[in-house]
Amino acid sequence: MSDIVAPPLSDYVPTPNLKPDAMKAVRPFKASPEHQAALGFPGTLVEDWQKVAIKRLGELVEGSRALRVFLDSCVKCGACTDKCHYFLGTADPRNMPVARQDLVRKVYRRYFTWAGRWFPWLVGAQDLTPDVLESWYTYYHQCSQCRRCSVFCPFGIDTAEISMAAREILDSVGVGQKYCNEILGKVHKIGNNLGLPEPALRNTLEGLEEDVKDQCGADVRFPVDVVGAEVLLITPSADFFAEPHIDGLIGYAKVFHQAGISWTVSSEASEAANFAMFIGSHEQMRKVAQRIREAAIALKVKRIVVGECGHAWRVAYSFWSTLIGPLDFLDPRYPQPQHICEVTKGLIARGALKLDPSANDDKVVTFHDSCNVARATRMGDRPGGQFTVPRSVIRSVCAHFVDMDPNTIGDKTFCCGGGGGLLTDDLMELRVKGALPRLSALNTVVQEHKVTHMAAICAICKTQFSKVLPYYGLPREMVISVHQLVGDAIVLGAKD
Amino acid sequence: MAYEVNGKAVTADEEGYIVNLADWSEPLAEIIAKSESLDLTENHWEVIRFLREYYNEFQIAPAVRVLTKAIGKKLGADKGNNKYLYDLFPYGPAKQACKIAGLPKPTGCI
Repeated sequence: MSDIVAPPLSDYVPTPNLKPDAMKAVRPFKASPEHQAALGFPGTLVEDWQKVAIKRLGELVEGSRALRVFLDSCVKCGACTDKCHYFLGTADPRNMPVARQDLVRKVYRRYFTWAGRWFPWLVGAQDLTPDVLESWYTYYHQCSQCRRCSVFCPFGIDTAEISMAAREILDSVGVGQKYCNEILGKVHKIGNNLGLPEPALRNTLEGLEEDVKDQCGADVRFPVDVVGAEVLLITPSADFFAEPHIDGLIGYAKVFHQAGISWTVSSEASEAANFAMFIGSHEQMRKVAQRIREAAIALKVKRIVVGECGHAWRVAYSFWSTLIGPLDFLDPRYPQPQHICEVTKGLIARGALKLDPSANDDKVVTFHDSCNVARATRMGDRPGGQFTVPRSVIRSVCAHFVDMDPNTIGDKTFCCGGGGGLLTDDLMELRVKGALPRLSALNTVVQEHKVTHMAAICAICKTQFSKVLPYYGLPREMVISVHQLVGDAIVLGAKD
Repeated sequence: MAYEVNGKAVTADEEGYIVNLADWSEPLAEIIAKSESLDLTENHWEVIRFLREYYNEFQIAPAVRVLTKAIGKKLGADKGNNKYLYDLFPYGPAKQACKIAGLPKPTGCI
């Protein structure tokens, strides 16, 4: 742990006294020319960057009526100001969603509106200067694109769209972010964010087969590239590598095993995440998603199931049909794609899993709604299924469940503080401070209801919490996968 | 940035991971550890040696679970757990231990 000091936890997170420029110096490392080149972006700042950036902004507002409306319609009512976890945690006024949006909005006004062209001083329009470009890089990498502010905006302005557009423009002039762009390069080259080559993937999964055998005596398989399997599982590569993620993967495998569903992962598409969404690149997003379509066809599967990854579920649920659809080569009797929580809930409902919730009697569990799942997707066949399905799964396998403050869950959930391509060590100060609202709500249920664990269904959330919990004096082991709870409660051997 | 080993500069990236893996040496590991405020003991070296062996075979660092299992087998079950590794490498066994072992930084949602 470094010398970053976490703000104090309290039952109610107050709107902070403003600290102008408090976070001005906090910015992620820039992508190297090699990272940029791998994605087709210029390696360094192009000479005529101002012209290129304005042209790209013009193309983006031409291509997206939504973006144009978001840039045109803000009336500065202020409803969003205290809704952002980064503002609440850092007190930097530029982290008020309205102020962060305005960094692009004032440039849009200057070049694309009549009033801004002729009377910029009257309408808050501003030239695109080197300082403005730098402020974009800094503050659009202090937005996790969680879209909580949009829930409270009377016009429904989607800050994430503006933040994605800004990052896309930055990439187009040669100023990329190292974390996201290096990772996207690895997806193209090796097949996943980690850079985990096939032999290592196989070795890790074989090791898990041994572990599960040692633990409960059952021959649970973790198959790779099995042609003709029923299900292709697309899951974040962190599930193969990190703690506590890997116990979630063991949970998925136990569910498939007991339900008798044949499944496989793909060595070509061993990654659910699609960081292209974070950098706003439609072309990259399609390319990354396309691998999954190709893997599904090559492996002749009937279903695609998505593991515990927040933004991957958004990309899959909301964008796959336009990016890589139609998915009409899959079995139409199942939702395509399907979330692992939907699969598990369906199996529990028809009694296909033998569960012993007392295995989790040592825990009092709460659930963290991940922002992309909560505000951009659905599960099941009813509105709000993305909230009720995971909770229903948890309640089936765990007797003690408590929700956090209703203003911090469901569609009002607070970001973990590491979403949207910000889960990088060089932004640790931002990540620690941005976790304040979520961890305040968590701390309240720890104090009042003796909550011991917070379950999540997103690899980013799990990593972020295990890193930042200790800064707030809470144990890192508190965060677990929903499917770890499931895996621990499944009684193997009983219905094999 | 760069580390200096016996008067020779070894290039590293902005986060302190060495750029050319062939530049690694045991004295360099001691220097990287020092910059992370760690004094390497034999327990650290057990982890570092395993990471390097695994990397040589698989071109990536092992999953944390693979590492804990290997350490548990070698040094006893009481050491084959996450807590033991975090006690050795407080910034996390995956990243901090890789940096000292001269391996590339694992990336992604980890």
